[in-house]
Order: sequence, then structure tokens, then C-alpha cells
Amino acid sequence: MADLSRKSARPLSPHLQIYRPMLTMMMSIVHRITGSALYVGTLLLVWWLVAAAAGPAYFEVADGFFGSIVGQLILFGYTWALLHHMLGGIRHFIWDFGHGHGAEARELLAKGTLAGSIVLTILVWIVVIILR
Amino acid sequence: MKADIRTPLGRVRGLGSARDGTGHFWRQRLTAASNVPLLLYFVVFLISVQGTGHAGLVAALQNPLNAIAMLLVVISAVVHMRIGMQVIIEDYVHAEGLKILLLMGNTFFAVFVGLALVFSILKIGFGG
Ligand code: HEM
Repeated sequence: MADLSRKSARPLSPHLQIYRPMLTMMMSIVHRITGSALYVGTLLLVWWLVAAAAGPAYFEVADGFFGSIVGQLILFGYTWALLHHMLGGIRHFIWDFGHGHGAEARELLAKGTLAGSIVLTILVWIVVIILR
Repeated sequence: MKADIRTPLGRVRGLGSARDGTGHFWRQRLTAASNVPLLLYFVVFLISVQGTGHAGLVAALQNPLNAIAMLLVVISAVVHMRIGMQVIIEDYVHAEGLKILLLMGNTFFAVFVGLALVFSILKIGFGG
């Protein structure tokens, strides 16, 4: 029979703030944050493409903004958010197919996602600048 | 293909806590998969039209292949992001009224973004 007295010895569900921050947990949160940033960022694409559809005069304003320092910084950030979220998504696929659930594998995947997103973002922007 | 992991009762009701059974879970994975090639194409497209001005962008989108690919980008991303944001709202917002309001707002946002982008791509693609 169930021993009710043992129940009290079980750990309570702890709150987030008592965990030592771990890379795997940060990557999980960052996947959510980048997803949200991409969500809001679709408005930038709406501005740019609707302006293009409205005509050259409107387009110059939007395109001028994205060409400015601030605009370029936003696009750089968006590139990283997209690539990080994409690699994070691929990590989810690996898990969905039943792989990479061990502690070491998760740590490796987390590091790979972070390093990969930074390297890819820099590579993309090298291409952007070369082709400018 | 799509394995049904619901219980018979769940299937009859066609509901879950999200009122949508496993449909959202599956569609989130489906669009995540289609997003990978589509968003990579999107990045390449943006790089290819940078600095070409209005005329360059219009010319690129008047190529049906680009217009079709961009439409796929928009549809895949918008469906994906709407489900993703719904999950986030359901995770953090527990007051029923506010939750429904935010879920409605989420759908309106996704429909607005999707329609605005599809219309713009079609308008340019059809020539002006
Ligand atoms: C580029 C390829 C992409 C891949 C591979 C991808 C993959 C994924 C996956 C697998 C999830 C589910 C995560 C989970 O179950 O916890 C997810 C969540 C999400 N995605 Fe994406 N995604 C991509 C692009 C995008 C884009 C372009 C947007 C927005 C415009 C977006 C917005 C979101 C949001 C808001 C969530 C919910 C986050 C959460 O629940 O924590 N994703 N994505």
C-alpha cells in the first residue's frame, strides 16, 4: 500500500530561481525569446514589403531605415535570432526522434546551438558585406 | 503518416486543453521543418536584393519562382509563429478572460501579418 508518510519527504516542485543557471536551460529560454523576437520582427518585413508594394517613394523611407546604422544593427540581431532559433528547432527535431537526451548530449547540443548560431551569423554578414 | 496518439475518448471529443487535440503539436513540427529551407532561402533572397533599390526588388519578385517561394515563406512562418505564441500565452496566462483576449489578439496579428505580406508580394508579382 502507499505509504503516505513518505510523501512529505519528497521534494516540492522548486521554483526557477533556486536552480543554478545551466546552459541547457538558458538555451531553452533563449529559444522562446528568439521565437518571440522573430514574431514581433515580422512587422519589419511587413513595413518593408508593403512600402515596396505602395511605390518607390514609400520604399525609399523603409529601405533607408534598414540601411542606417540602427537598421543594420536590428537586421544583424534578427539574423542571429533567426539562426539561433533555427538551430534550436533542429535540436528539437533530434529530441523528437528520440536522440540526444543524455546529459552530455544535451550539453553538447546546447553548446553547438550557441556556437553555431554565432558562427553562421558572422558568416552571413561577411557575405552581406562582400556583396554590398 | 500522421500517427494519432489520442485516446478514443479524446478523439471523440476532439478536444484537449488547447481545444485542438494534437493538431497544433503536429502543425508546429510540420512548419518548423518547412521553415528551415524556406527561411534559409529568405536570407539568401534578402542578400541578393540588398542595395538594388525598389526596381531591383520589384524585378526579383516578378520572377514567379521568387514570388512563390516568398509566399511559402510567409505562410509557413505565420502559421508556425501563431501556434508558437499560443503555446507561450497558454504557459504564462492563466486568467481565462485575459487568455482568450490574448489568443484572439495573437490570431489577429498573425492574420494581419500574413495577409499584408501575401497581398504585397502578389501585387508586386503581378506587376505593380
Ligand atoms: C527557421 C526555422 C525555424 C525552426 C526550425 C523553428 C522551430 C521551432 C520549434 C521546433 C519550436 C517548438 C519549440 C518547443 O516545442 O518548445 C518553435 C517554437 C516557436 N517558433 Fe519557431 N522555428 C523556426 C522559425 C520561426 C520563425 C521565423 C518564427 C517567427 C516569425 C518562429 C516563432 C516561434 C515561436 C513564437 C515559437 C514558440 C516558442 C516557445 O514555445 O518557446 N519560429 N520553433
